[in-house]
Amino acid sequence: MAAESSPKIVIVDESPIRAAILEEGLREAGFTGVVHISEMQSLLARIYALDPDIILIDLENPSRDVLEQMFQVSRAVRRPIAMFVDQSDAASIQASVDAGVSAYIVDGLKKERVKPILDLCVSRFNAFSKLQDELARAKSALEDRKVIDRAKGILMKLKGLTEEEAYVLLRSTAMREKKKIGEIAQSILTASELLK
Amino acid sequence: MSTPLHIGFIPLVDAAALIVAVDKGFAAAEGLDVTLIREVSWSNIRDKLNIGLFDAAHLLAPVAIASSLGLGHIKVPIVAPFTLGLNGNAITVSPALHAAILSELDGDPFDPMATALALARVVATRRKGGAEPLTFGMTFPFSSHNYQLRFWMAAGGVDPDEDVRLVVLPPPYMVDSLAGGQVDAFCVGAPWNSVAVDRGVGHILHFVSDILVRAAEKVLAIRHSWSERNPLVAAALVRSAHRATEFIGQPENRAETARILAQPSHLGVDADVILRTLNGRLKISPDGAMRESARYWLVGRDGASRPDPVQAAWLYAQMVRWGQATISPEALEAAKAVFRPDLYDAALGLRGEAGGAALGPLRAFAGPTFDAADVSGYLAWFRRSAGAAEPDPPKSKD
Repeated sequence: MAAESSPKIVIVDESPIRAAILEEGLREAGFTGVVHISEMQSLLARIYALDPDIILIDLENPSRDVLEQMFQVSRAVRRPIAMFVDQSDAASIQASVDAGVSAYIVDGLKKERVKPILDLCVSRFNAFSKLQDELARAKSALEDRKVIDRAKGILMKLKGLTEEEAYVLLRSTAMREKKKIGEIAQSILTASELLK
Repeated sequence: MSTPLHIGFIPLVDAAALIVAVDKGFAAAEGLDVTLIREVSWSNIRDKLNIGLFDAAHLLAPVAIASSLGLGHIKVPIVAPFTLGLNGNAITVSPALHAAILSELDGDPFDPMATALALARVVATRRKGGAEPLTFGMTFPFSSHNYQLRFWMAAGGVDPDEDVRLVVLPPPYMVDSLAGGQVDAFCVGAPWNSVAVDRGVGHILHFVSDILVRAAEKVLAIRHSWSERNPLVAAALVRSAHRATEFIGQPENRAETARILAQPSHLGVDADVILRTLNGRLKISPDGAMRESARYWLVGRDGASRPDPVQAAWLYAQMVRWGQATISPEALEAAKAVFRPDLYDAALGLRGEAGGAALGPLRAFAGPTFDAADVSGYLAWFRRSAGAAEPDPPKSKD
């Protein structure tokens, strides 16, 4: 087996961004043999051809079940095992499931060599989720802005208000009704659509 | 005060008992506040059940046994106090393979022995012509689908490990893979066979009830340790699933059941397709041919819900037959102990009168009647039969 050289790592992930984040992290940590598979067709054949030491797969990927078949192939020279087979480290199993990543490790690779890789995966997966949340928030803030601008326009036209007055009206209504300005703006758009 | 429970499921029709138990309020009536979590892989379900993220799960019966025996994965004893359904899978083949089998068929197309022999001839012809081996999709290494496919083709003399390729495919990918030619056939649960027929890319060749008279398909799985600590909650869960299967079992409730299952958060498949499987009346060919069978999927009737250790023993025998497990009396007992009719009876206040024996012998279309007390003898019959089918038996010199 690949003695003390850098282990060969395969990342199975349909999200190119997350895979890139993980790959970058692994390279920075000195793991140079990293291959990303994003295409799930003939997954097993590609993995056999690459013959990796470690396979990382995200838990949202239905093809995880395809990987489970690796345990069944009696002719495979190197049999991988699921990370979960090592029951000694419940905390890291929990952390990886929470983060949404699972690892398959070829039998024989030393535990202390696997641990830093897994830790890195978990932190990178978590970083990716955080990034996604932030993106989603930024996107919805942008959407809100657009809706508010359109609602302001309607108020200005119908009530002859200035832009500032229209915004103050939106804000005071939102405060009175304990709602977000975006929600009030959306109801104005809906109402004006209905009354057209 | 209601007990919060997290239950994982795969979007398949046989998760119905759990989905209906929640949707119709049967779980709430038992004091359970169930959150259903839709999962994408059996591996995820197994792992999340094992580490306690799920309290219970919709699980392949063989995975519950494999987990309890520590096969292929960590050993976490699982118990099944309730069977979510018997049968329900089907074998669907591509139009090309369907035509090839029919052209070689000598007998009734619903006779699995006739189709298995035809398949063997198709396989032999392909080999002579230098064609790639046929590829069959199934859902998981430890699945009834895997064993049903293997049982069927082996009866005709096809070696599932040598003559064809058996590959794992997630159920939602089955139809696309058949359409795209990555697989020539598959064995999967509802609704995917019907979806393939509707899309014109597959013919349903067999209901698995053609192969084995009844097969435990999915179970309500809980950790053994959890069941010991929470016996009352486990019993309440069994009762709510029982009420749900009673509901589903009433023909007048099928349309509503199909609507509930069809919801995007559950299966997200057309209610009409689901209704066909609930009615046991399936379109089996793109030309519109229908086939009806009362045994296609058994839920809420014929003792389908009560875990039958004989079923567990049959599944264990298949694991041994195909090299996933080694044979030992201890492992057989451990496998049987996964299926817990006692917990079922206790939860429902029964006294065991609806036992497995009442269901009649466990017969398949080939081989002797299954005897849970003599798994070795049962498997020896198949070894002899496979040996007899070999044109040139290997000499046992080594």
